[in-house]
Amino acid sequence: MSSVYREIAHNGLWKQNAGLAQLLGLCPVLAVSSTVVNGLGLGLATTLVTALSGAAVAAVRHLVPNEIRNPVFILIIAALVTVVDLSMNAWAHDLYNVLGIFIPLIVTNCIVLARAEAFASKHPVREAAWDGLMMGLGLTGVLIALGALREVCGRGTLFAGLDMLFGPAAKTWVWHLVPAEWNYQFLLALLPPGAFLGLALLIAGKNLLDERARQRALRQKTVTQEVSA
Amino acid sequence: MKTALTQARRSALTLLAFAVVASAILASTYWLTRDTVLANEHAAKLALLQQVLPSDYDNQPLSDTVALSPVEAKRLGHDQPAVIHLARRQGQVVAYAFETVAPNGYSGKIRLLLGVDAQGQLLGVRVVSHKETPGLGDYIDLAKSDWAQQFTGQSWQGPAAAVGYWKVKKDGGAFDYMTGATISARAVTSCVGRAVAWLDEWKQKANR
Repeated sequence: MSSVYREIAHNGLWKQNAGLAQLLGLCPVLAVSSTVVNGLGLGLATTLVTALSGAAVAAVRHLVPNEIRNPVFILIIAALVTVVDLSMNAWAHDLYNVLGIFIPLIVTNCIVLARAEAFASKHPVREAAWDGLMMGLGLTGVLIALGALREVCGRGTLFAGLDMLFGPAAKTWVWHLVPAEWNYQFLLALLPPGAFLGLALLIAGKNLLDERARQRALRQKTVTQEVSA
Repeated sequence: MKTALTQARRSALTLLAFAVVASAILASTYWLTRDTVLANEHAAKLALLQQVLPSDYDNQPLSDTVALSPVEAKRLGHDQPAVIHLARRQGQVVAYAFETVAPNGYSGKIRLLLGVDAQGQLLGVRVVSHKETPGLGDYIDLAKSDWAQQFTGQSWQGPAAAVGYWKVKKDGGAFDYMTGATISARAVTSCVGRAVAWLDEWKQKANR
């Protein structure tokens, strides 16, 4: 049982990572990843929705005839996002002020529908919720990495604006890698082309690591074969 | 033929059932959250008003308002009825607060709240809502940078009455902007200039 969950976690966080391997939901990823705090905000909101929609879709999967499953899933996801939007506006207003602009973006994120279709419609509720959580966290990781890359290259800071998520105490968490009075700015990194270039670098990095791991596994296999021979 | 029809009917009914359930959930969530959302918005509005008003008024500016005529509201960029809030001390108006809309932001309208004292000096400019690019054009928002502070203390007098004053420095005006996101700053700056000029005119016309 636990190996199933470990497999799902590995898939979501690394192997099938939404941002780096499946390349799903790139519109919000590219648009919002200009700083760490934006990436973190969108990532957390997406994680909430993918986990909830995974559970909801899995719960009704036996009631939905196959040929109309997509409209039903879209209906569920859109209703869920609106419920999250309204509830956050009412009961977590400070957080809503920060994440509010990201939440409508999530409906356009095809990762939510893709996981509903590919995973949640075929698995029990708990596994589907776990899958949504891990897919969301994997995407959050990519968003933070891309946000950090663009923030450092584009403005010479890291963790600017975290006080929007963690309260005024976080104002001092900003790192100025370039002295603030220089007014350093590198527009290419901040504008959309920077998002494409940054994402390409991250994907290349992941492929490099995967290739190394494959080579290592291959070498180990030949070594054990030689030993046993 | 008959089975296909039965199947189609079954699909349609299932879809209908899901649509009804989803609508019911949405309606009940809306109904449950409506009052809290309204209270939050009211509190946020009051807190916002307090940011652009002096601290020494003794009335309720949120309800002490003068309705603007449709023509006046249109000059401020509103397509709906608008009001101007009055802050008084012992019955004397000490400051005005009102919203204005810049129609020409980078991605749509930018709603601004202005506070102006009785002498016509700007007490503060706050962005109420905008759709500018996160991380790029959103520096007009005080939560992101103190760019909007440069309007405090400005007024429609002396050099500021000249045509070219209420522009960003790139266009020969008097106000700072950030490279790469000039459009947002340009929209806010000219809108604030128009609004301050409008208030001067309105006060003379209404004899306040």
